[in-house]
Amino acid sequence: MTITDTPPGGDTVVAPTETTSKLGDRIFGGISLGAGILILVTLAAVALFLFVEAWPTFGADPGEFNESFVSYVAPLLFGTIWAASLALLMALPLAVGVALFISHYAPKRIAVTLGYFIDLLAAIPSVVFGLWGIAVLAPILSRSVYPWLEDNLGFLPFFAGPASTSGRTMMTAAVVLAVMILPIITAISREVFLQTPRLHEEASLALGATKWEMIQQAVLPYGRSGVISGAMLGLGRALGETMAVAIILSPANIITVNVISNQNPNTIAANIALKFPESAGLSVNRLIATGLVLFFVTFVVNALARRIANSGFSGADG
Amino acid sequence: MTESVDTPISDVAVAALDAEIGLGNRIVVENLNIYYGDFLAVRDVNMVIEPRSVTALIGPSGCGKSTFIRSLNRMHEVIDGARVEGSVYVDGEDLYGPGVDPVAVRRKVGMVFQRPNPFPTMSIADNVLAGKRLNSRRINKSEAEDLVEKSLRGANLWEEVKDRLDKPGSGLSGGQQQRLCIARAIAVEPEILLMDEPCSALDPISTLAIEQLMNELKSTYTIVIVTHNMQQAARVSSRTAFFTIDGTGQPGYVVEMDDTDVMFSNPKQQSTIDYVTGRFG
Repeated sequence: MTITDTPPGGDTVVAPTETTSKLGDRIFGGISLGAGILILVTLAAVALFLFVEAWPTFGADPGEFNESFVSYVAPLLFGTIWAASLALLMALPLAVGVALFISHYAPKRIAVTLGYFIDLLAAIPSVVFGLWGIAVLAPILSRSVYPWLEDNLGFLPFFAGPASTSGRTMMTAAVVLAVMILPIITAISREVFLQTPRLHEEASLALGATKWEMIQQAVLPYGRSGVISGAMLGLGRALGETMAVAIILSPANIITVNVISNQNPNTIAANIALKFPESAGLSVNRLIATGLVLFFVTFVVNALARRIANSGFSGADG
Repeated sequence: MTESVDTPISDVAVAALDAEIGLGNRIVVENLNIYYGDFLAVRDVNMVIEPRSVTALIGPSGCGKSTFIRSLNRMHEVIDGARVEGSVYVDGEDLYGPGVDPVAVRRKVGMVFQRPNPFPTMSIADNVLAGKRLNSRRINKSEAEDLVEKSLRGANLWEEVKDRLDKPGSGLSGGQQQRLCIARAIAVEPEILLMDEPCSALDPISTLAIEQLMNELKSTYTIVIVTHNMQQAARVSSRTAFFTIDGTGQPGYVVEMDDTDVMFSNPKQQSTIDYVTGRFG
């Protein structure tokens, strides 16, 4: 019955649209090529701006500033990487845990609601995070956590103290950064975990794996490169984050791993934001030169991440 | 055997006794209804599956063969809302009894799936060891090597892969991948091996290899295979059960079960005759 119901000319219907679809193909191809080129042009424009504006610093008379560019940028560079790494260290395990909870443990309704709230977290402006950090988090941490860390773990260089009473420390900044990068890592991890092929999960379960063993055997290896990509996007945001750090951190021109004292290395982005209004002439060039350094750091971090994500057998092959 | 007291059929007791004296693991299914939520997918299955033999489950698409075979190692529970009523006894023990851990059941009853599913991030050797590593975390190197060789030989794959055990399993052909999955399943030394259309994604030569393998494995394992291919059922199995369904939305059920040669030459039910002669399905 169903066979005779099929229109006899079914295949001829395609013919008239063939030329238009070819044209559509060409238009779409052109648009996507244009988009790709636009990205490269934008990147090149930013890089060019940084190079041109930073150049005078390197050619400047050494007597212009009372320190060399390297010794100026070193603490900033250290502070940037230090703050971002600490944030990532805190955010990554939490994000993977939350993503697994949403993708594999929570009942559907709770998972959807939780996912929604986490996405909402990503929409909060960084200045709000900064204010929250300085007004809420800093006092709490400086009252109850930092003194304890100094007393009990003071033998570690990280908690050597003296503990800040204002709470405007590297630790506070890193916690706020961690909260800020949590949503993006969670969202990406959740997506890749949900895409784990059912076949792989069942293969593991059929061997007698418990849920956690199944996750270790099938879900995490499959999601590995996705999680790394998410972590790198988060790290990128933490490296470049300006406002929250500028509000929270009490900066000094030093390099230290002590995360609970008043003397902290600033980050490049926050330093630019703080110094730019009061800078003129070569000082502006110097700030832009630090921006160029940040640009390179981000570049290197991304390249490294790509290498890590592509090493080993990729889960996406199968 | 206390089971014999409270169950009407003595098959269970017989099976328990068989297992005790080393005759293998007979599976006894009693009044099994399988549900997805409120939907009854398979109704009222009563079946005895003989140890150390191949039992084939045949029937048209959607008749619940796969659902049924997955209920034999509690894999169907992986789907939300899936549940059963009734009992499945292995060695006289009800797999659905109170306090029975599905994880323990699956270690005893292995499964091979429709499409080969080696873990893509693992090497061939690691794939074989995947189940063993779950059971006993630490396994020393020579033991592991022995187990890999033994399992791969058991799955007729050793000669083809022995030089590339550290290469990813996803680089093998479909038939080799499926034999790798069988090696992975038998590495944990299950008593029963369930195969859900293991050849449906394979070419005829790979299919032949798997069928030969089943012939060898049946001396050690109790094998249940779901297949769409009636010739395959006739070639590999000693007993065959025919499932069917009265219409979409209706539950599937067992029409009849008998020795395979009887099922294909002289079945009792008209619908079985229609199916095996190709008049429907």
